[in-house]
Amino acid sequence: MIPLYYYLMVSAVLFSVGLAGALTRRNAILVLIGVELMLNAANLNFIAFWRYSPNPEAITGMMFVIFSIAIAAAEAAVGLALIIAIYRHCKTTNLERMDSLKG
Amino acid sequence: MQIAFAILVALTLASAIAAVSLRNLVHCALCLALAFAGLAALYLQLGAQFVGFAQILVYVGAVAILVVFAILLTRGGESAPQPVISRSWVAGIAVAVLVFGVLTKAMLSSSLAHREPPPKPGPAVREIGNQLMTRYVLPLEAVGLLLTAATIGASIIAMQDAGRKQPDPQSVASKPANARLRRDAEEFETPTG
Repeated sequence: MIPLYYYLMVSAVLFSVGLAGALTRRNAILVLIGVELMLNAANLNFIAFWRYSPNPEAITGMMFVIFSIAIAAAEAAVGLALIIAIYRHCKTTNLERMDSLKG
Repeated sequence: MQIAFAILVALTLASAIAAVSLRNLVHCALCLALAFAGLAALYLQLGAQFVGFAQILVYVGAVAILVVFAILLTRGGESAPQPVISRSWVAGIAVAVLVFGVLTKAMLSSSLAHREPPPKPGPAVREIGNQLMTRYVLPLEAVGLLLTAATIGASIIAMQDAGRKQPDPQSVASKPANARLRRDAEEFETPTG
Protein backbone atom coordinates (compact mmCIF):
# COMPACT_ATOMS: atom_id res chain seq x y z
CA MET A 1 0.00 0.00 0.00
CA ILE A 2 1.16 3.52 -0.76
CA PRO A 3 2.32 5.43 2.32
CA LEU A 4 0.83 8.81 3.13
CA TYR A 5 4.20 10.42 2.42
CA TYR A 6 3.82 9.94 -1.34
CA TYR A 7 0.54 11.82 -1.50
CA LEU A 8 1.97 14.64 0.59
CA MET A 9 4.96 14.88 -1.76
CA VAL A 10 2.67 15.03 -4.82
CA SER A 11 0.67 17.76 -3.13
CA ALA A 12 3.82 19.71 -2.25
CA VAL A 13 5.10 19.52 -5.83
CA LEU A 14 1.71 20.61 -7.16
CA PHE A 15 1.62 23.53 -4.72
CA SER A 16 5.13 24.63 -5.72
CA VAL A 17 4.29 24.41 -9.42
CA GLY A 18 1.21 26.54 -8.85
CA LEU A 19 3.16 29.04 -6.78
CA ALA A 20 5.91 29.30 -9.38
CA GLY A 21 3.29 29.85 -12.08
CA ALA A 22 1.48 32.51 -10.08
CA LEU A 23 4.72 34.35 -9.33
CA THR A 24 6.47 34.16 -12.70
CA ARG A 25 3.78 34.42 -15.37
CA ARG A 26 2.60 37.86 -16.37
CA ASN A 27 -0.74 36.92 -17.87
CA ALA A 28 -3.59 37.36 -15.38
CA ILE A 29 -5.33 34.17 -16.54
CA LEU A 30 -2.18 32.12 -15.98
CA VAL A 31 -1.83 33.58 -12.49
CA LEU A 32 -5.39 32.42 -11.80
CA ILE A 33 -4.50 28.95 -13.13
CA GLY A 34 -1.59 28.86 -10.66
CA VAL A 35 -3.91 29.78 -7.80
CA GLU A 36 -6.32 27.01 -8.83
CA LEU A 37 -3.46 24.49 -8.81
CA MET A 38 -2.49 25.55 -5.28
CA LEU A 39 -6.09 25.15 -4.09
CA ASN A 40 -6.19 21.67 -5.60
CA ALA A 41 -2.95 20.73 -3.86
CA ALA A 42 -4.56 21.65 -0.54
CA ASN A 43 -7.63 19.56 -1.43
CA LEU A 44 -5.43 16.55 -2.20
CA ASN A 45 -3.85 16.93 1.24
CA PHE A 46 -7.27 16.98 2.91
CA ILE A 47 -8.39 13.82 1.10
CA ALA A 48 -5.12 12.00 1.83
CA PHE A 49 -5.25 12.86 5.53
CA TRP A 50 -8.90 11.80 5.65
CA ARG A 51 -8.13 8.42 4.07
CA TYR A 52 -5.17 7.75 6.36
CA SER A 53 -6.79 8.97 9.57
CA PRO A 54 -7.47 6.40 12.31
CA ASN A 55 -11.25 6.81 11.90
CA PRO A 56 -12.27 7.60 8.31
CA GLU A 57 -15.90 7.18 9.33
CA ALA A 58 -15.77 10.77 10.54
CA ILE A 59 -15.90 12.41 7.12
CA THR A 60 -14.64 15.82 8.21
CA GLY A 61 -11.86 15.95 5.60
CA MET A 62 -14.26 15.15 2.79
CA MET A 63 -16.74 17.80 3.92
CA PHE A 64 -13.97 20.36 4.02
CA VAL A 65 -12.99 19.51 0.45
CA ILE A 66 -16.60 19.76 -0.75
CA PHE A 67 -16.93 23.27 0.68
CA SER A 68 -13.47 24.17 -0.60
CA ILE A 69 -14.43 23.10 -4.14
CA ALA A 70 -17.57 25.24 -3.98
CA ILE A 71 -15.63 28.28 -2.81
CA ALA A 72 -12.91 27.75 -5.41
CA ALA A 73 -15.57 27.66 -8.12
CA ALA A 74 -16.98 30.98 -6.89
CA GLU A 75 -13.47 32.43 -6.77
CA ALA A 76 -12.73 31.33 -10.34
CA ALA A 77 -15.97 32.83 -11.65
CA VAL A 78 -15.42 36.20 -9.97
CA GLY A 79 -11.72 36.24 -10.87
CA LEU A 80 -12.33 35.59 -14.55
CA ALA A 81 -15.13 38.19 -14.63
CA LEU A 82 -12.68 40.71 -13.13
CA ILE A 83 -10.08 39.81 -15.75
CA ILE A 84 -12.62 40.34 -18.54
CA ALA A 85 -13.68 43.70 -17.05
CA ILE A 86 -10.04 44.81 -16.73
CA TYR A 87 -9.36 43.67 -20.28
CA ARG A 88 -12.22 45.84 -21.54
CA HIS A 89 -10.74 48.78 -19.67
CA CYS A 90 -7.00 48.40 -20.32
CA LYS A 91 -7.06 46.24 -23.50
CA THR A 92 -4.46 43.93 -22.00
CA THR A 93 -4.19 40.97 -19.64
CA ASN A 94 -0.52 41.59 -18.93
CA LEU A 95 -0.20 42.28 -15.23
CA GLU A 96 2.89 44.46 -15.60
CA ARG A 97 1.04 46.92 -17.83
CA MET A 98 -1.86 47.33 -15.40
CA ASP A 99 0.00 49.84 -13.29
CA SER A 100 -2.30 52.84 -13.01
CA LEU A 101 -4.56 53.22 -10.01
CA LYS A 102 -6.67 55.99 -11.46
CA GLY A 103 -8.91 54.80 -14.28
CA MET B 1 -1.97 -0.10 -7.16
CA GLN B 2 1.55 1.29 -7.20
CA ILE B 3 1.66 1.40 -10.99
CA ALA B 4 -1.71 3.15 -11.23
CA PHE B 5 -0.55 5.66 -8.64
CA ALA B 6 2.69 6.30 -10.53
CA ILE B 7 0.86 6.82 -13.83
CA LEU B 8 -1.69 9.19 -12.27
CA VAL B 9 0.99 11.20 -10.50
CA ALA B 10 3.10 11.48 -13.64
CA LEU B 11 0.06 12.61 -15.66
CA THR B 12 -1.07 15.12 -13.05
CA LEU B 13 2.31 16.69 -12.41
CA ALA B 14 3.35 16.78 -16.07
CA SER B 15 0.13 18.48 -17.12
CA ALA B 16 0.29 20.88 -14.16
CA ILE B 17 3.82 21.92 -15.13
CA ALA B 18 2.71 22.28 -18.74
CA ALA B 19 -0.30 24.34 -17.65
CA VAL B 20 1.86 27.04 -16.07
CA SER B 21 4.78 26.95 -18.51
CA LEU B 22 3.41 26.67 -22.05
CA ARG B 23 3.29 29.75 -24.25
CA ASN B 24 -0.04 29.19 -25.95
CA LEU B 25 -2.83 30.06 -23.52
CA VAL B 26 -5.31 27.57 -24.99
CA HIS B 27 -2.80 24.76 -24.52
CA CYS B 28 -2.39 25.92 -20.91
CA ALA B 29 -6.14 25.66 -20.32
CA LEU B 30 -6.33 22.17 -21.84
CA CYS B 31 -3.37 20.98 -19.73
CA LEU B 32 -5.10 22.46 -16.68
CA ALA B 33 -8.21 20.37 -17.42
CA LEU B 34 -5.97 17.29 -17.74
CA ALA B 35 -4.33 18.04 -14.39
CA PHE B 36 -7.78 18.39 -12.75
CA ALA B 37 -8.84 15.06 -14.26
CA GLY B 38 -5.70 13.40 -12.92
CA LEU B 39 -6.42 14.81 -9.47
CA ALA B 40 -9.99 13.48 -9.67
CA ALA B 41 -8.58 10.04 -10.45
CA LEU B 42 -6.28 10.34 -7.42
CA TYR B 43 -9.31 11.16 -5.24
CA LEU B 44 -11.12 8.12 -6.61
CA GLN B 45 -8.08 5.99 -5.87
CA LEU B 46 -8.11 7.27 -2.29
CA GLY B 47 -11.70 6.09 -1.91
CA ALA B 48 -13.39 9.50 -2.00
CA GLN B 49 -15.91 8.81 -4.77
CA PHE B 50 -18.17 11.79 -4.19
CA VAL B 51 -15.32 14.28 -4.10
CA GLY B 52 -13.76 12.71 -7.19
CA PHE B 53 -16.93 13.09 -9.23
CA ALA B 54 -17.55 16.56 -7.82
CA GLN B 55 -14.03 17.46 -8.93
CA ILE B 56 -14.77 16.24 -12.45
CA LEU B 57 -18.09 18.11 -12.57
CA VAL B 58 -16.87 21.37 -11.09
CA TYR B 59 -13.27 21.66 -12.26
CA VAL B 60 -13.06 19.71 -15.52
CA GLY B 61 -16.60 20.67 -16.46
CA ALA B 62 -17.01 24.24 -15.28
CA VAL B 63 -13.76 25.93 -14.25
CA ALA B 64 -11.78 24.72 -17.27
CA ILE B 65 -14.53 25.93 -19.61
CA LEU B 66 -14.62 29.29 -17.80
CA VAL B 67 -10.87 29.63 -18.27
CA VAL B 68 -11.17 28.81 -21.98
CA PHE B 69 -13.93 31.40 -22.36
CA ALA B 70 -11.87 34.04 -20.56
CA ILE B 71 -8.90 33.28 -22.82
CA LEU B 72 -11.00 33.57 -25.96
CA LEU B 73 -12.64 36.82 -24.78
CA THR B 74 -9.30 38.48 -23.98
CA ARG B 75 -7.45 37.24 -27.03
CA GLY B 76 -6.71 40.50 -28.82
CA GLY B 77 -4.36 42.03 -26.30
CA GLU B 78 -1.61 39.44 -26.22
CA SER B 79 1.79 40.99 -26.14
CA ALA B 80 4.86 39.81 -27.98
CA PRO B 81 6.66 36.93 -26.28
CA GLN B 82 8.92 38.13 -23.53
CA PRO B 83 12.39 36.83 -22.73
CA VAL B 84 11.99 33.56 -20.87
CA ILE B 85 14.54 34.20 -18.16
CA SER B 86 14.12 37.49 -16.39
CA ARG B 87 14.75 38.62 -12.84
CA SER B 88 11.19 38.11 -11.65
CA TRP B 89 11.21 34.65 -13.24
CA VAL B 90 14.31 33.62 -11.28
CA ALA B 91 12.91 35.09 -8.06
CA GLY B 92 9.57 33.31 -8.49
CA ILE B 93 11.22 29.95 -9.12
CA ALA B 94 13.50 30.49 -6.11
CA VAL B 95 10.52 31.23 -3.84
CA ALA B 96 8.68 28.14 -5.12
CA VAL B 97 11.72 25.90 -4.55
CA LEU B 98 12.16 27.36 -1.09
CA VAL B 99 8.53 26.63 -0.20
CA PHE B 100 8.90 23.11 -1.55
CA GLY B 101 12.01 22.60 0.60
CA VAL B 102 10.24 23.78 3.74
CA LEU B 103 7.26 21.51 3.03
CA THR B 104 9.51 18.51 2.40
CA LYS B 105 11.47 19.14 5.58
CA ALA B 106 8.27 19.36 7.61
CA MET B 107 7.04 16.12 6.05
CA LEU B 108 10.25 14.23 6.66
CA SER B 109 10.38 15.25 10.29
CA SER B 110 6.75 14.25 10.88
CA SER B 111 5.80 10.90 12.37
CA LEU B 112 2.53 10.92 10.42
CA ALA B 113 4.17 10.63 7.04
CA HIS B 114 4.82 6.90 7.12
CA ARG B 115 1.42 5.92 8.40
CA GLU B 116 -0.30 3.01 6.69
CA PRO B 117 -3.97 3.40 5.76
CA PRO B 118 -6.70 1.74 7.79
CA PRO B 119 -9.02 -0.71 6.00
CA LYS B 120 -11.01 0.87 3.22
CA PRO B 121 -14.20 2.59 4.41
CA GLY B 122 -17.50 1.78 2.74
CA PRO B 123 -19.30 4.08 0.32
CA ALA B 124 -19.71 7.34 2.18
CA VAL B 125 -22.14 9.22 -0.08
CA ARG B 126 -25.14 8.47 2.13
CA GLU B 127 -23.17 9.59 5.14
CA ILE B 128 -22.17 12.83 3.35
CA GLY B 129 -25.82 13.54 2.59
CA ASN B 130 -26.83 12.95 6.19
CA GLN B 131 -24.06 15.14 7.55
CA LEU B 132 -24.80 17.94 5.05
CA MET B 133 -28.42 18.03 6.17
CA THR B 134 -27.73 17.82 9.90
CA ARG B 135 -24.36 18.86 11.23
CA TYR B 136 -23.20 21.03 8.31
CA VAL B 137 -26.51 22.59 7.35
CA LEU B 138 -25.43 26.12 8.29
CA PRO B 139 -22.19 26.01 6.23
CA LEU B 140 -24.25 24.55 3.37
CA GLU B 141 -26.63 27.52 3.47
CA ALA B 142 -23.67 29.89 3.65
CA VAL B 143 -22.11 28.26 0.58
CA GLY B 144 -25.42 28.55 -1.26
CA LEU B 145 -25.54 32.26 -0.44
CA LEU B 146 -21.91 32.67 -1.50
CA LEU B 147 -22.50 30.95 -4.84
CA THR B 148 -25.56 33.11 -5.52
CA ALA B 149 -23.63 36.27 -4.65
CA ALA B 150 -20.68 35.14 -6.80
CA THR B 151 -22.93 34.41 -9.79
CA ILE B 152 -24.67 37.77 -9.57
CA GLY B 153 -21.41 39.59 -8.89
CA ALA B 154 -19.57 37.94 -11.76
CA SER B 155 -22.39 38.78 -14.19
CA ILE B 156 -22.51 42.40 -13.05
CA ILE B 157 -18.74 42.86 -13.20
CA ALA B 158 -18.51 41.34 -16.67
CA MET B 159 -21.49 43.35 -17.99
CA GLN B 160 -20.41 46.69 -16.55
CA ASP B 161 -19.33 48.36 -19.77
CA ALA B 162 -22.37 47.29 -21.74
CA GLY B 163 -24.60 48.97 -19.19
CA ARG B 164 -22.64 52.19 -19.25
CA LYS B 165 -22.60 52.70 -23.01
CA GLN B 166 -26.34 52.47 -23.48
CA PRO B 167 -28.55 55.47 -22.74
CA ASP B 168 -30.55 55.37 -19.57
CA PRO B 169 -32.39 52.06 -19.89
CA GLN B 170 -35.50 53.23 -18.02
CA SER B 171 -36.33 56.08 -20.36
CA VAL B 172 -35.97 53.80 -23.40
CA ALA B 173 -37.58 50.70 -22.07
CA SER B 174 -40.43 52.07 -20.04
CA LYS B 175 -42.20 54.02 -22.81
CA PRO B 176 -42.97 51.16 -25.19
CA ALA B 177 -43.76 48.94 -22.25
CA ASN B 178 -46.22 51.51 -20.91
CA ALA B 179 -47.77 52.01 -24.32
CA ARG B 180 -48.21 48.30 -24.76
CA LEU B 181 -49.72 47.99 -21.32
CA ARG B 182 -52.20 50.77 -22.10
CA ARG B 183 -53.11 49.16 -25.42
CA ASP B 184 -53.58 45.80 -23.73
CA ALA B 185 -55.79 47.42 -21.12
CA GLU B 186 -57.89 49.09 -23.80
CA GLU B 187 -58.26 45.85 -25.73
CA PHE B 188 -59.26 44.16 -22.55
CA GLU B 189 -61.83 46.79 -21.74
CA THR B 190 -63.49 47.19 -25.18
CA PRO B 191 -65.28 43.83 -25.36
CA THR B 192 -66.59 44.05 -21.83
CA GLY B 193 -67.58 47.72 -22.04
